[in-house]
Amino acid sequence: MEPIVKEKVQSILERFVHQEAYLHLETTNGAYAAHHRGGLNAGAYIRNGRIHVERAIIAGNGPYRVGLKISQGWVYAEGLTDWEVDQKGRLLLAGHDQEGHLAVAMELSRHPFE
Amino acid sequence: MAARLNRHLLVVLPHPDDETFGCAGTILLHSRDHIPVTYLCGTKGEMGRNMGKPVFANRETLGKIREKELRDACRVLGIEDLRFLGLRDKTIEFEDPEVIADKIEEVLREIRPFRVLTHYPGQAVHPDHDALGEATIRAIRRLPAEERPEVYAHAITKNREEVLGPPDVVVDIREVVEGKIAAIRAHRSQSEQMFEGLGENAASDPKFRERWGNEVFWRYRF
Repeated sequence: MEPIVKEKVQSILERFVHQEAYLHLETTNGAYAAHHRGGLNAGAYIRNGRIHVERAIIAGNGPYRVGLKISQGWVYAEGLTDWEVDQKGRLLLAGHDQEGHLAVAMELSRHPFE
Repeated sequence: MAARLNRHLLVVLPHPDDETFGCAGTILLHSRDHIPVTYLCGTKGEMGRNMGKPVFANRETLGKIREKELRDACRVLGIEDLRFLGLRDKTIEFEDPEVIADKIEEVLREIRPFRVLTHYPGQAVHPDHDALGEATIRAIRRLPAEERPEVYAHAITKNREEVLGPPDVVVDIREVVEGKIAAIRAHRSQSEQMFEGLGENAASDPKFRERWGNEVFWRYRF
C-alpha cells in the first residue's frame, strides 16, 4: 500500500459510482486493547455488504475521510492513510496508526471478497 | 477395553502464531523427542491488526501471508502435520460449537493423542481463544474418560492464578529458546516490532530469557 494521493483515490472511487459494489468496512483497536491498556475493545466489520453507490467522495488533507452515498443511506470511514488497487481491481483503503497497526479499512470490489 | 493413546501431541489453537507465543518451547521439546505433532489451526489470522513494520500486508493479503509464516514456523518447531479448520478470524464464538467439536473429535479419533494443547476456556482473553478452547474441551469430553488425552490448557488472563490457582505444568524451555525465537521471527508480520532494538542475539538477552524462559499450563480437569 502507498500513502493516499487524494486525486488518484477520487478517480478510482468514480469507477464505483452508479454501480453495485461489495463492501468490506472495518474498524478496530485490537483484540488486546483492554488486556494491555485497560481500555475498551471496540471494533466492527462488515464483509461483502452489497451496496449501490450514488456518490463517492474522499475528503480531508490526511488522514482522509471517505463518504459513500448509497441508495438507502450512507457509508463512512475516517482515519484513512494508505491505498492500493490490487490485481483484482479492488480499491483497498486502510488507516494505520503510528505503530503500523491497522485501525480502519474500507474496500470496494465488483465481486465478492473471499 | 480402552483404545490405547499414541505418543502424539495435538495442538488446537485459533491463530497462526498462537502456537509460537504460547507453546513453541513445549512443542519443540516434544518434536525433539520424536513425538509427532499435529497442529489444528482454527483460522488464517486474516483479521489481525499487525501488518508488518514497515507495513507490507493488507487486509486482503494478510491471511495468505500468515499461512506462509505459519508453515515456516512449523518447520522450525518440527510440526509435520499442519491442518486448518477453515474458520474465520474473530468469528469462532458465533459458530455452532457442536459443529467445531465434531471436526476436532474426528482428529482426536484419528490420531489418538496422549496430550492436547489448547486455550483454557474463559481464561484466554481473545474470544477466538476461549471459543476454540471450549470446542476442544467439548470434543475431548465426548470420549470415554479412560480414552481422554491429558489437556495442557494455556491461560493468559491477568488474574489467571486467582481463578485457577498456580500452574500445574511449568515447562523449562531455556534449552530450546533459540528455536522459540526463530519461530517468533518466522511470524514476521506479527512479531517484527517486538525485535526492535534486539539484534541477532535476542536469545542471550537476559530480559528476553526471563520473558521466554518457561511456558506454563493448567491441566483441564473434566
